[in-house]
Amino acid sequence: MSAIGAEHVSKHWSTAEGVVRAVDDASFAFKAGTLNVLLGPSGCGKSTTLRLIAGLEGADSGRITIGGRDVTGLPPAKRSIAMVFQSYALFPHLTVAENIVFGLRVRKLARAELEQRLTRVADLLGLGALLQRKPSQLSGGQQQRVALGRAIIAEAPVCLMDEPLSNLDAQLRAEMRVEIRALQRKLGITMVYVTHDQVEAMSMADHVVLMRAGTIEQDGTPVDLYERPASTFVARFIGTPPMNLLKLAAGSDGAVIEGSDGPAVLDAGCIGGTLGLRPEHIALAFEQGLRAAVESVEYLGGDSLVACRVGAQALSVRAPGSVGLARGDTAWLTWAAGAEHYFGPDGRHAQPASRRQGVTQLA
Amino acid sequence: MRQSGSVRRFRGADPVIAWLLLLPAMSLLALFTHYPAIANLVHSFYSTPRASHPSKFIGLDNYRNLVEDPVFWQALVNNLWYALGTIPASIALALLMAIWVNGRVKGRGILRLAYFTPTILPMIAVANIWLFFYTPEYGLLEQFLGWFGLAGHNWLGSRDTALPAVMVVAIWKEAGFFMIFYLAALQSMSPQLAEAAAIEGASRWYFFRRVTFPLLMPTTLFVLVNAVINAFRMVDHIVVMTRGGPDNATELLLYYIYEIGFRFFDSGYAAALTMVLLAILAAAALLQFGFLERRTHYQ
Repeated sequence: MSAIGAEHVSKHWSTAEGVVRAVDDASFAFKAGTLNVLLGPSGCGKSTTLRLIAGLEGADSGRITIGGRDVTGLPPAKRSIAMVFQSYALFPHLTVAENIVFGLRVRKLARAELEQRLTRVADLLGLGALLQRKPSQLSGGQQQRVALGRAIIAEAPVCLMDEPLSNLDAQLRAEMRVEIRALQRKLGITMVYVTHDQVEAMSMADHVVLMRAGTIEQDGTPVDLYERPASTFVARFIGTPPMNLLKLAAGSDGAVIEGSDGPAVLDAGCIGGTLGLRPEHIALAFEQGLRAAVESVEYLGGDSLVACRVGAQALSVRAPGSVGLARGDTAWLTWAAGAEHYFGPDGRHAQPASRRQGVTQLA
Repeated sequence: MRQSGSVRRFRGADPVIAWLLLLPAMSLLALFTHYPAIANLVHSFYSTPRASHPSKFIGLDNYRNLVEDPVFWQALVNNLWYALGTIPASIALALLMAIWVNGRVKGRGILRLAYFTPTILPMIAVANIWLFFYTPEYGLLEQFLGWFGLAGHNWLGSRDTALPAVMVVAIWKEAGFFMIFYLAALQSMSPQLAEAAAIEGASRWYFFRRVTFPLLMPTTLFVLVNAVINAFRMVDHIVVMTRGGPDNATELLLYYIYEIGFRFFDSGYAAALTMVLLAILAAAALLQFGFLERRTHYQ
């Protein structure tokens, strides 16, 4: 059980093109026994952050604590952590059993204890029949399990995972997601999990840190990120399909969607900002609300994705079942009061002065 | 589909075509490798032709002479020491250099080049450079040792130091070449393996012993085979530096064969010596592949 903290941690690299700020003044706190996800697009610094926690990279400034202990200057082995690599990093010439107990052998654990732990981990991960195989004789999913086994046999209070599922197919990924989460709960370890897949983050995490270009864009629970995105970047990153972001322009009675002639969706103070609406929060209505031109309809079975255009802005609507609409039709869009998000001209979330009831409708 | 069709057609074709395709390479190999080897075996059972009496079958007489020839035994023992000294040393040095220049060293491009330079130099040139190093009185080594008051050796002229001195030349020449193979193998190893071991708390030596070295086994086997062959094959520096002297102290098997064959023109005896060399190399190759191959992990 170890909490993890980072205070103003930075990591810079000097390259020919100048200084790359891989991680720039990042601070966060992970509670003991929780699953925490570092999320972001590739190159955002999430893997570097994980490597800073692991001690595989040294921080240029700031402080990292694990279990209340300052580990900033300690080598990886002294941080009481385990790690699963994206490539699994299994030793190809060693058997599954030897791979799993590699760290225990380094620590010269007694043979009986070693055998006992190996049996326990092998049972836990269903690797019992594969112990004498070499990694090259295993499928991707089995290799993933071996890497997991090597991480958990150490019984370290912290487990770090660098995109552990990215090499697996979609079906296996969904299974392993559930399994890793269950394992983390069962063992009560603090897990830090790096991924670029927001579905993984939303479905597994207790706590998500969304990063962008080396800085933390938002830090909170999955519900926070979904319901209260701090910026347009978060809004677009979380949710499939992503949130519609509609530019607001001056209209006759307030802010209207750019290129449309009303009705106003927010008050005049919001002109120049952005209206955010999740596709699943927009409802199709009859001759009331916002008038939109249907561009295409994608029927997915349980629901349909309707791509529309309002003025100069494109947006998508997720409607249940099939909708009786086709390209060229006119759709009427409404949403519940409070479903809209407003982002200022700087892309940060802001509070609009008052809502317009003309378009919103209590669902 | 078309491809598999043509493959099938080819398989059904006359084997004559296959033999015709193999013919150029086969005939060259037969002419310049297989025939000479067999001819050599045959010659070893015949006496050397002289102007007065032509070559005649003498059975195992050449081999009997060989057993009684003290210079042959000296050359054989020298060669075994030479192999024992140069092979492990050059391989160990190559591995050490490769690990060093594979790390994050400043100017490692220059270092790699520097280590590889001996390999691109012809052995004759290398021998000449080292001849200068070893020169008595004003050679580099003597001048250097002179600062510490240790001068006064004739490195190549003394029985005790001549063989080790030529061994050093061979190690210097070979290590850079072997380093390239180790470097290539090291670069194909995922750096994540070292990180995974570092997280488990493995020391660098432990990691080398349990992971790096075993994963380099295919390279080591390859390098070892080459090193053994070279230990019996490379005598250019002997020709330039010592000519087998002093008092046969640097006489190696192949150089002895050269002397017998082309300075004393005793081709029958040289043929018998050649068969011994071939037998040694064949035995070494069998041993290496038979024994080490089984303990080697190929990725």
